[in-house]
Amino acid sequence: MAEFRMPSLGADMEAGTLVEWLKQPGEAVKHGDVIAVVETQKGAIEVEVFENGVIEKLLVPIGQTVPVGTALAFIRSAGPPIAAAPRPIAAAPPQRVAPAPIAAPSPARIPAAAAAPAAGLKISPAARKFAEEKGIDPAIVQGTGPDGAIVFVDVENAWRRLEAAPPAKAPVVAKAPPKGIDLAAMRGAIAAAMARSKREIPHYYVQHATDLGPATEWLARTNADRPPERRLVLGALLVRAIALAVRALPEFNGFFREGRFQPGERVHVGNAIALRGGGLVAPAIHDADRIGLEEIMVKLRDLVNRVRAGRYRSSELADPTVTLTSLGDRGADALLPIINPPQVAIIAAGTPVRRPWLVGDEIVARPLLQLALAADHRVSDGHRGALLLADIARRLAEPGAL
Amino acid sequence: MTRDELKQVLSEEIGNIAPEVDLAAVREDEDLREALDIDSISFLNLIIALKARLGVDVPELDYPKLRNLHGALDYLESRMGRS
Repeated sequence: MAEFRMPSLGADMEAGTLVEWLKQPGEAVKHGDVIAVVETQKGAIEVEVFENGVIEKLLVPIGQTVPVGTALAFIRSAGPPIAAAPRPIAAAPPQRVAPAPIAAPSPARIPAAAAAPAAGLKISPAARKFAEEKGIDPAIVQGTGPDGAIVFVDVENAWRRLEAAPPAKAPVVAKAPPKGIDLAAMRGAIAAAMARSKREIPHYYVQHATDLGPATEWLARTNADRPPERRLVLGALLVRAIALAVRALPEFNGFFREGRFQPGERVHVGNAIALRGGGLVAPAIHDADRIGLEEIMVKLRDLVNRVRAGRYRSSELADPTVTLTSLGDRGADALLPIINPPQVAIIAAGTPVRRPWLVGDEIVARPLLQLALAADHRVSDGHRGALLLADIARRLAEPGAL
Repeated sequence: MTRDELKQVLSEEIGNIAPEVDLAAVREDEDLREALDIDSISFLNLIIALKARLGVDVPELDYPKLRNLHGALDYLESRMGRS
């Protein structure tokens, strides 16, 4: 019997609300099937299963918000389990996660751990940040995380309680699932993840101006004969070039977790996609080093469509091993990005602009792209970072080989 | 297809890629990509949708002609008139 758990879809997620079951008890499921839809600060996520088997029991009703790691359903395994571990999901420790608090704990029920001095409190960075923002003393918050640790949802619940003028009698879980994306919550999630990144990761930055002429000319030639649905955009070239470059320089691909660098076994390139109305998500294109340019383009278009519709899959959000963020055609020259933990590198592309450039001794107008890298100094140095950007630039200069 | 009908189709397809935009507030001479804040992939999706709806395959070289609503309607009208 396997437990199907609330996945962690990035460093900034600590809980999710179940909004839809797509499979019912008795139904067969196989590896990769979408079986539930979960509402998070990033919108509705389609959650996939990593076992083959039959749904035995659904444990969490629709509308309930539960912490990451909570068992959502039992799945009776069919045959031997899949040998390969699921994608590296940053799951909470499996055993100790309590369900979301249903009733508001009264001050009298503060657990011993919470009464300890603030310095000794077990509290997640996101929860601490949120508590600071809202002026909530963590000592009054009851932790429901592993070993009684205070997680984001605990502080959020405490904050809601304080906000509600007369103490709310309705159980927290009874509220309807949010419709669409809660932009304030998403902003809070981005803020928490980025604050953690800036606090914990010693960033260094490298920037490199790249002549985009060969790439834009190649794209124009290639697209001239193609119907719109088969045309390529620069973003696909960037994803492919980055994937190949980090495969060659593996210290930029993977996670920094548990005090050490864990190189990614595969290359999943996250694409930061701006949401209409604000906020962003960075779902992954899986195995971008192995699939070709055409397939990357199809996936990219599909991702953008689904992100705009607020619907993407759990595995896409959970496991980028490196991220690309682009300003697109209308923007500023350069962007200096912030690493999305637990990743160790992020590459930013500015807006391509025509600028004077030396070719030989001649000054000519060329389309220039400012590439910038932010990387984790615990894992690599600026020298290697410069090699990475040079490698990406070299690949962009030979687009036919991508 | 009249220009008004064409405008209706264009508005619907723009609505699909930029649902929250009030097209009535976008001037006909305003830069569409900036007014709608759409990236190259969304713009490509619009081109794909226009081909499906109108049978007009807009080559990349003609993208600048779709810079604003006025230009886009002129362009689509002339392409449909020819085909």
